[in-house]
Amino acid sequence: MTGEPLSLWLEIIVSAFLLLGSAFVLIGAIGLYRLPDFFMRLHGPTKATTLGVGGVIVASLIYFSNRQAGISLHELLISLFLFISAPVSAYMLAKAAVLQQLPLEKKTRGKPWEQ
Amino acid sequence: MISRSLPRPLLRVLPHPVLSVLLLLVWLLLVDSFAIGHWLLGAFLGVCIPLLTNRLLVGRSQEWHPLLLLKLLVLVMWDILVANIQVARLTLGPIERLRPAFVEVPIELENDLAISVLVSIVSLTPGSVSSDLSDDRKTLLVHGLDVPDKAALIAEIKQRYEAPLKEIFPCSLT
Repeated sequence: MTGEPLSLWLEIIVSAFLLLGSAFVLIGAIGLYRLPDFFMRLHGPTKATTLGVGGVIVASLIYFSNRQAGISLHELLISLFLFISAPVSAYMLAKAAVLQQLPLEKKTRGKPWEQ
Repeated sequence: MISRSLPRPLLRVLPHPVLSVLLLLVWLLLVDSFAIGHWLLGAFLGVCIPLLTNRLLVGRSQEWHPLLLLKLLVLVMWDILVANIQVARLTLGPIERLRPAFVEVPIELENDLAISVLVSIVSLTPGSVSSDLSDDRKTLLVHGLDVPDKAALIAEIKQRYEAPLKEIFPCSLT
């Protein structure tokens, strides 16, 4: 449905959250490119994309809660499911890498367990 | 304790009352509507799903510490925010300065659910990813992106996350 345009302040807030979220997603992608080994690369996406996606979700929450009647809350479920599944994915990837004994950055101290 | 306050016949229909309420809330959020029909359908799902999956679920006689849970949740949310900013700075800064390390964190938790929560928290928080868990569940292997001091990282994980989880899950169920 078409309502009145958002007030200027709401537009600024929504834009700010979109830019914040997008910036963190970009930084996660940059991390994937720049970091030298698998385990270090794992840190960027699992963290930057939680805040990156979170920023976009908050923008969507604010935007649609003001564009249509009532509050739009189902974006919260995206956050909930993402926070449940993202660390599990990271753990599975890391454990698989440990099993395959992927090469490590030479400065890494300590080492994974022999399987 | 919730399980003590509910009569036994009700426990047979609602083996996991908190989970049932949570499923109802998730359903209402999913359909983004608070119409009566959706409450009824959500309640139906909330009752049936725990009954169907009862064998998969952790034992229900857990004590309930909502304030501790809320406090831990706020702490983790804040740490996630800090984590993203830290990792962003490390990622965009000079790569040569990073000091990656594998650290072995001894675990004192006995509850399987508590251990899985701790592992998830470690993966979500500043510069660390859980990499492996020993078969006896006593040691967690953590990869840190930039670890100046291994002992400090171990102490932080234990004091900040494991200690509250020990209060929330005081006894072993498995």
